[in-house]
Amino acid sequence: MLDIRLYMLQRITALIMAPLTLGHIAVMIYAVQGGISAEEILSRTQGSVFWFLFYGCFVVAVSLHGAIGLRVVVHETFGVIGKTLSWFTWLVAAGLMALGLYAVFAVTL
Amino acid sequence: MTESPENLSIAVWRGDDSGGGYEQFDVPARQNQTVLDVVSWIQQHTDPSLTYRFACRVGMCGSCAMMVNGEPRWTCRTHVKTVLKGNRLEVGPLRNLPVIKDLATDMDPFFDKWVASEGAHHPTRTRHDPIAPVDPTEGNRVEANEGIECINCAVCYSACDTVTGNPDYLGPAALQRAWTLFNDTKDANRGAILDAVSGSGGCHNCHSQGSCSHYCPNELNPMKAIAGLKRASATRFFRRSS
Amino acid sequence: MIRHAHRSHGLWLAFILHRLSGVALALFLPVHFYVLSLALTEPARLDGFLNWTDRPLVKAAEFGLVFLLAVHIFGGLRLMALEFLPWPSRQKSFAAGAVALALFLSGGFLLSAM
Repeated sequence: MLDIRLYMLQRITALIMAPLTLGHIAVMIYAVQGGISAEEILSRTQGSVFWFLFYGCFVVAVSLHGAIGLRVVVHETFGVIGKTLSWFTWLVAAGLMALGLYAVFAVTL
Repeated sequence: MTESPENLSIAVWRGDDSGGGYEQFDVPARQNQTVLDVVSWIQQHTDPSLTYRFACRVGMCGSCAMMVNGEPRWTCRTHVKTVLKGNRLEVGPLRNLPVIKDLATDMDPFFDKWVASEGAHHPTRTRHDPIAPVDPTEGNRVEANEGIECINCAVCYSACDTVTGNPDYLGPAALQRAWTLFNDTKDANRGAILDAVSGSGGCHNCHSQGSCSHYCPNELNPMKAIAGLKRASATRFFRRSS
Repeated sequence: MIRHAHRSHGLWLAFILHRLSGVALALFLPVHFYVLSLALTEPARLDGFLNWTDRPLVKAAEFGLVFLLAVHIFGGLRLMALEFLPWPSRQKSFAAGAVALALFLSGGFLLSAM
């Protein structure tokens, strides 16, 4: 249930996320040493334009990528089609983006 | 080498589109026999009403494909001894296609998708023009040649779980045909081919599970052909938007 | 077993790993976002939660998540290489390599978490 536009969106968001995800994993490996605390996370992220842009891009890309991925799974597994499938796709995208951007603001503002 | 048992225990699917199940048959074991030989023996000696399809018996016509122990195979070129489990064998109709009766499936959806994927030549010349020379070493021709030995047996179509989940998906055989024609420099409308494979059932639904290439009895590589279509359509997508 | 015999080959297993990891990550994301947004709404609860994660069982689960993330990226990069770069002939080796890289990274995470 992917035409070429959804396919391109899926691949482009994937390419954007490839370096971001590797960076994310690197930060995790670095930050988890000696345990993590809210203070430690926030001292790194708060007021940082870099981390705002990093995680902002990440959230936008992952919302679209995840929504299109779930769309395919829901179609192929449960046979959802047509308008229901479109609504599902964009609701998931909007929901993930809203939650994600709220989290980005929460840790960078 | 152990002596082969005298009888093979064959489970054959019987029924039609409304349902059915496996029925057991005993078939004498031979030194050399194909799965198609076994099915034919049952039809000739035990149950004349058993329905199945075959024509050439030498791997040319592509009509005898069935599920053998859960895997799609061309039965006329599949030797029993290579697939036997103990002395048992399970033979069923191809997956992903409606069953007409017993082992014979309705191939219409499969061939309709060949048409839908624009698998027809768009000529550049008329019959009055001289025949265009074909250079067998030229890049596009080499690419096209990789896919032209397809015998339309639907083994790849039956192996593909993307077809199972998405009945509109054109499937590996039709898409490989489209890729073959796309690489034919004598084709006048390659854009129409990319349009036909870029819709909601098109090449972009492929998950590269590779079952098509894994099971193709002629060792063709539909997964590679589909990747070629994805690449060609993505290139055109960027050209158009820039 | 016979019913799904057509699935028992390397690239199909790579497919199912990519699909299951993708679904798991998509389901994990809302939880991840919710916990981070606590920083704005209830900073004390965020700290309490982060302290809770400092136990072996949770660390093991986090290792699982990092593995799923890494295996999804490397599997995805393999798919895009297959689609956009000149055809590589050793698909199965690349799929196995993706799993190995993911284990390496998530193992690195687990070691530094301990």
